[in-house]
Amino acid sequence: MNITIDHLLAGISVGGQYALIAIGYTMVYGILRLINFAHGDVFMASGLIVVYLTTAMPLQYAIPLVLFLTVMLGFFIERAAYKPLRQAPRMSVMISAIGVSYLIQNLALYITGGLPQTYPAIPWISDSITIFGAVTKRVTIITPILTIILIVLLVALIRYTKIGMAMRAVSKDFETAQLMGIKINRVISTTFVIGSLLAAVGSLLYFTSYQSVVPTSGSMPGLKAFVAAVFGGIGSIPGAVIGAFIIGICENLIKSSTEFAIFSDAFTFALLIFVLCVRPTGLFGEKSIDKV
Amino acid sequence: MNNLLKLEDITMQFGGVVAVNNLSLEVNEGEIVSLIGPNGAGKTTAFNVVTGVYEPTNGRVSFDGRAIVESYPHGKMRKAYAGENRGVYKKRIVKTPDKITKLGVARTFQNIRLFKSMTVLENVLVAMHMRRKSNLFTATFLLNRKEEKEMRRKAEELLEKVGLLDVKDELATSLPYGKQRRLEIARALATEPKLLLLDEPAAGMNPQETDELTAFIRSIRDEFGLTIFMIEHHMNLVMDISDRIYVIDFGKLIARGVPAEIQNNGVVIKAYLGVSEDA
Amino acid sequence: MKTKSKAIFKTIDIVLLLAVLGVAIAVDAFMPVGLPATVLKKGAVFAVVAVSMNLLNGFTGLFSLGQAGFMLLGAYTYAIFSIPLEARESVYYMQDHLAGFLHVAELPVIPAMIAAGLIAAVFAFLIGLPVLRLKSDYLAIATLGFAEIVGAFAKWDTLGPITNAPNPLVNYPKFSKVTTYFIVAGVCIAIIALLVRSTYGRAFKAIRDDEIAAEAMGINLAKHKMISFVTSSFFAGVGGAMLAMFQSKAQANSFTTALTYEILLIVVIGGIGSLSGSVIASFLYIACSEWWLRFLDTPDVIPGLTRNGFRLVVFSAVIMIIVLFFRRGLMGDKEFSTERLVKGSKQLVRNLQDKRKAKEAK
Repeated sequence: MNITIDHLLAGISVGGQYALIAIGYTMVYGILRLINFAHGDVFMASGLIVVYLTTAMPLQYAIPLVLFLTVMLGFFIERAAYKPLRQAPRMSVMISAIGVSYLIQNLALYITGGLPQTYPAIPWISDSITIFGAVTKRVTIITPILTIILIVLLVALIRYTKIGMAMRAVSKDFETAQLMGIKINRVISTTFVIGSLLAAVGSLLYFTSYQSVVPTSGSMPGLKAFVAAVFGGIGSIPGAVIGAFIIGICENLIKSSTEFAIFSDAFTFALLIFVLCVRPTGLFGEKSIDKV
Repeated sequence: MNNLLKLEDITMQFGGVVAVNNLSLEVNEGEIVSLIGPNGAGKTTAFNVVTGVYEPTNGRVSFDGRAIVESYPHGKMRKAYAGENRGVYKKRIVKTPDKITKLGVARTFQNIRLFKSMTVLENVLVAMHMRRKSNLFTATFLLNRKEEKEMRRKAEELLEKVGLLDVKDELATSLPYGKQRRLEIARALATEPKLLLLDEPAAGMNPQETDELTAFIRSIRDEFGLTIFMIEHHMNLVMDISDRIYVIDFGKLIARGVPAEIQNNGVVIKAYLGVSEDA
Repeated sequence: MKTKSKAIFKTIDIVLLLAVLGVAIAVDAFMPVGLPATVLKKGAVFAVVAVSMNLLNGFTGLFSLGQAGFMLLGAYTYAIFSIPLEARESVYYMQDHLAGFLHVAELPVIPAMIAAGLIAAVFAFLIGLPVLRLKSDYLAIATLGFAEIVGAFAKWDTLGPITNAPNPLVNYPKFSKVTTYFIVAGVCIAIIALLVRSTYGRAFKAIRDDEIAAEAMGINLAKHKMISFVTSSFFAGVGGAMLAMFQSKAQANSFTTALTYEILLIVVIGGIGSLSGSVIASFLYIACSEWWLRFLDTPDVIPGLTRNGFRLVVFSAVIMIIVLFFRRGLMGDKEFSTERLVKGSKQLVRNLQDKRKAKEAK
């Protein structure tokens, strides 16, 4: 019994972390129609930055700084690797994203020397607590709450601010928005900034529960978050969040069975293929018609 | 006269927008028929229904006496359908565009869609792929040399007829506009059609080129025994070449008849004068 | 005159091909072990896989990232069927029993390789039915997911009596000579090249250039995408079998998404839409990573900079430069030929001369 509650709690927690990453995917996809393969690696890099920063300074300075550095990383990647390819075919941009992912992972491998880096314990949120008889870290409870708060803020931002309106316009119609005088590059940069910021928060929560960072730490959560975004209907923020929670919970329930535990990752992809085939636009996505 | 193409009560609705509304028309064998109307009247949409790109919301298209496309409001459209003749059509026949091409309907595109990485000759050869007799094995292992030779000969013959033989090895997209349009027609002819749909063949042409095009369309009709159904804005061309004309506005048929009738039709003049200066 | 020079160039092309084979024979004869042999073998394997991926991504415009999955299927199929019957007990010592057919089914090398291709092709067909309808990036992520699923099944304990679960498969027959690798790779690549040049190849390119126009020209999209996907996967399977031979063990852990990315990057370096580009890039890539750039991983060749992992950093930086600034790669969408090389260098010389003249005129 406790095992199930354990896994359920872990699932909700991981789901929240995936949700925070998935938003970066879904927003970028909504605007650039690009699967930002490097997003998961930004998430990993954020974890590594924490590891290195905390050896040099106390946590209360390290955390704001890591948020800032992650945002800068996301911003810089967009400017360096995607912006020059604005007019290029979509395949080129996707290849560029894969290239960036490869570069970040290799850089991480070089810097860490391939050794797993121990993630520092963050006081209070790393503390153990007991709920429903299951022992867990406080982060498990905090994640979903923090996720929901951040997402409400984000949705408000998109709905009620000027930049939010610009984002919606750009994701509806890139060219027209440009003709209407919307500064495309600023909107895209903002999207990357928001995406990276949420990924940094997600990374703090995720690695607090997993304790160590390796160069490939980002790829699996990244892909799963992307699947969550597709599952919920790409471009839809609530969709991505719901998708992320569903995937997080299912995955952890599968992990609780010894025989099928090996399929906890594969399950996500099977779900993806199923959803794409049955309802390619996801749970909440809109249908678009190609013009001939 | 035997009608080759027949549209019955075609309605095409996208969400709440009815792009084609209850359109019925016929194109008889050997005729040149034009579909005209102001911009956004639903002409290209009608073409896309005939060629299988869109499944109509309601109605039937028959080719050579056989239904090739038929549908009725289903799914979301069951509620949202805003057109007429609900319940008349009960079957769903949806053929993919390639199947319809194979039956003998070829088309050109309003916004020229040549294969951009290919030469002029290859563009035509691609259209002959459908009628090949070789299979994957014989084609890969060069056991179809004879057929390949024959294909090339035919393609060159076609290119000669449209006056593009001298540029056959150039990239299709490097050709000037007018020649690209002619290549699109050559490519369509290579599929060995009975019915040729031309979507604004004279777009962007000057008066002299338009006159040449008129003669060209007539000549291919006679030579290949074609029936031609076209969308066009150049009124001189339309009036000069068409046996009959259909006029649509806001998706609805507003007039039909021989060119002389259409020229003097008050409704048509009003539709055009109200919207554009083309007429 | 023109046809005569064409014939000469063609002869030179053939001579060059023979020379390549000659190099392989020479390496076999004079230094059968060592870096050159390793590079040539691995290069040949990667060339097959890169060319098969190019058929799909470059010529048909289907952005698929499932290569590692099909290679895994090929590697496992080859290993499972070609391990000698008497050696099986010892290979599967971790399992409490062997699947029934493994007590009887043993195939010689070439039939086992063909089986490897066929199994990969069958899986490609099955997964292609739903997945090939998807648009570009969705197809990419779905095929990538497929590869992950295949990997999970290969490691699954329940399938252990067939796949040896997460443990490696070993002791199957291997090619020992570079020449054999070259001949097998050459045959695979030649078949793909013939396919690309056939009327089917034109149909693939038409689909890549413009799906809607291709369909309007009577090309059955579903069928032709499937042909391309299945063929590509067949050769990825054969390539997987060859990689298994090269590595002397087949294990799911070596067929990861990272492998797919590596192959994709080779295709990009060589030029998307150029088979000869993929082949050249494969050998260059492998030579750099296994041999020429190894010094970057040696500590303190450049003090404080070179150490384990630096080579990969340099590598990925170079790849980013290619992706961003030389998007056409080595060959663009052109194929290598002596004629083009000569014409190209003549043109280059002429351009330089023109530039100098322009400068002098100033």
